[in-house]
Amino acid sequence: MRLIAENLGGERGGETVFSNIGFALDKGEALIVTGPNGAGKSTLLRIVAGLLPVAEGKIRFEGGGEAFPTAASASHYLGHLNAMKTALSVEENLGFWRAFQGEPALSVGEALETVALGGLGHLPFGYLSTGQRRRASIAKLLVTRRPVWLLDEPTAGLDKASEERFAGLMRGHLRDGGIVVAATHLPLGLEGAREMQMRVAG
Amino acid sequence: MLALFLRDIRLSIRAGGGALTGVIFFLAVIVTIPFGVGPDLNLLSRIGPAILWIAALLACLLGLDRLFQADREDGSLDLLVLNGDRHMLALTVLTKCLAHWTGSVLPLVVAAPLLGLFMNMEPLGIGATALTLLVGTPAITFIGAAGAAVAVALPRGGLLISVLVLPLTIPVLIFGVSASYGAVADPAPFLQPFLILAALTLFLAVLGPLAAALALRHGTD
Repeated sequence: MRLIAENLGGERGGETVFSNIGFALDKGEALIVTGPNGAGKSTLLRIVAGLLPVAEGKIRFEGGGEAFPTAASASHYLGHLNAMKTALSVEENLGFWRAFQGEPALSVGEALETVALGGLGHLPFGYLSTGQRRRASIAKLLVTRRPVWLLDEPTAGLDKASEERFAGLMRGHLRDGGIVVAATHLPLGLEGAREMQMRVAG
Repeated sequence: MLALFLRDIRLSIRAGGGALTGVIFFLAVIVTIPFGVGPDLNLLSRIGPAILWIAALLACLLGLDRLFQADREDGSLDLLVLNGDRHMLALTVLTKCLAHWTGSVLPLVVAAPLLGLFMNMEPLGIGATALTLLVGTPAITFIGAAGAAVAVALPRGGLLISVLVLPLTIPVLIFGVSASYGAVADPAPFLQPFLILAALTLFLAVLGPLAAALALRHGTD
């Protein structure tokens, strides 16, 4: 399993944000993308996820087999928004994504236990605090299986203990042969991860 | 897909879902008409089917702007697009349309016979109008989905959607109303306009979601 980006270029509203970015990640490898605001970290992740068109270059995903033919189908995308409905309970939200996304992994209850939200599943998502919402959103990564995790500021709003727990989850994902691409300003606690510094195009 | 359908139905009946807004608006329009037109019972029963159809059309448009915007605002839309390889995006849109129709428009169709009484319509006319609404209103939702997808990025896209969609719904309105009249007025036929109405719905069930999926895929930023 291999995620490859070649000479990737990204645009936002017709302006080039970055160009000539390349990386190749084998299973068990992580890439930490750092850089100042506006350097194009989120744009890069959205392009890899196929949510924005590729301005130049190519993204390939090899060895995914029938279940994961493309990079988009192999990816979990955790953006700034949590993709949860405030009117539904946490369990209903997670249950929906588990059923919709396919390739189910942990059950909703187990995933909530893993992010230390066990017992809060019956509450409407809107009642949770910012950090708890983020943790519920992280539980979304666990209920279905995807080899590639694309994480955009994943630890925003998390406390120290949750950050460490999340680092443990990422390490577990890498041990199981997963791939992590994370854009962040904060250290994520991943040893041996590759780093890529992005610069504001000028 | 079933999960998506059930989730959207649940959202439409929970607080802030807007399933009742459409029915109340529909009721308000129909109840106002006799005050404006006057107590001429023959006139009311003659314009009844048309008024029911126009009110239902406007009530349908009322909730359409939230069809994709709510999903976009909380990030769900990204994940729906991301899963496009597993669930073709057009089918996802179709499912959302069906859920929206069941949650917000079907109540209008159910309320229509009761409101037909306010317009002094005869039982046959009421039945025919309710039947044409049942068959014709999905077409409005499908056209509306394309409009909603185009305007998804605009903060106040509701009016724009109505302006975009209204001209396209005219054929549905024409055949819906003429089928309703055909059932009561003798020389006019019922079956032909009714079949064309059904054909319009089936045609738009394919075209609307395809167009909406295309707009959503290119509208993400």
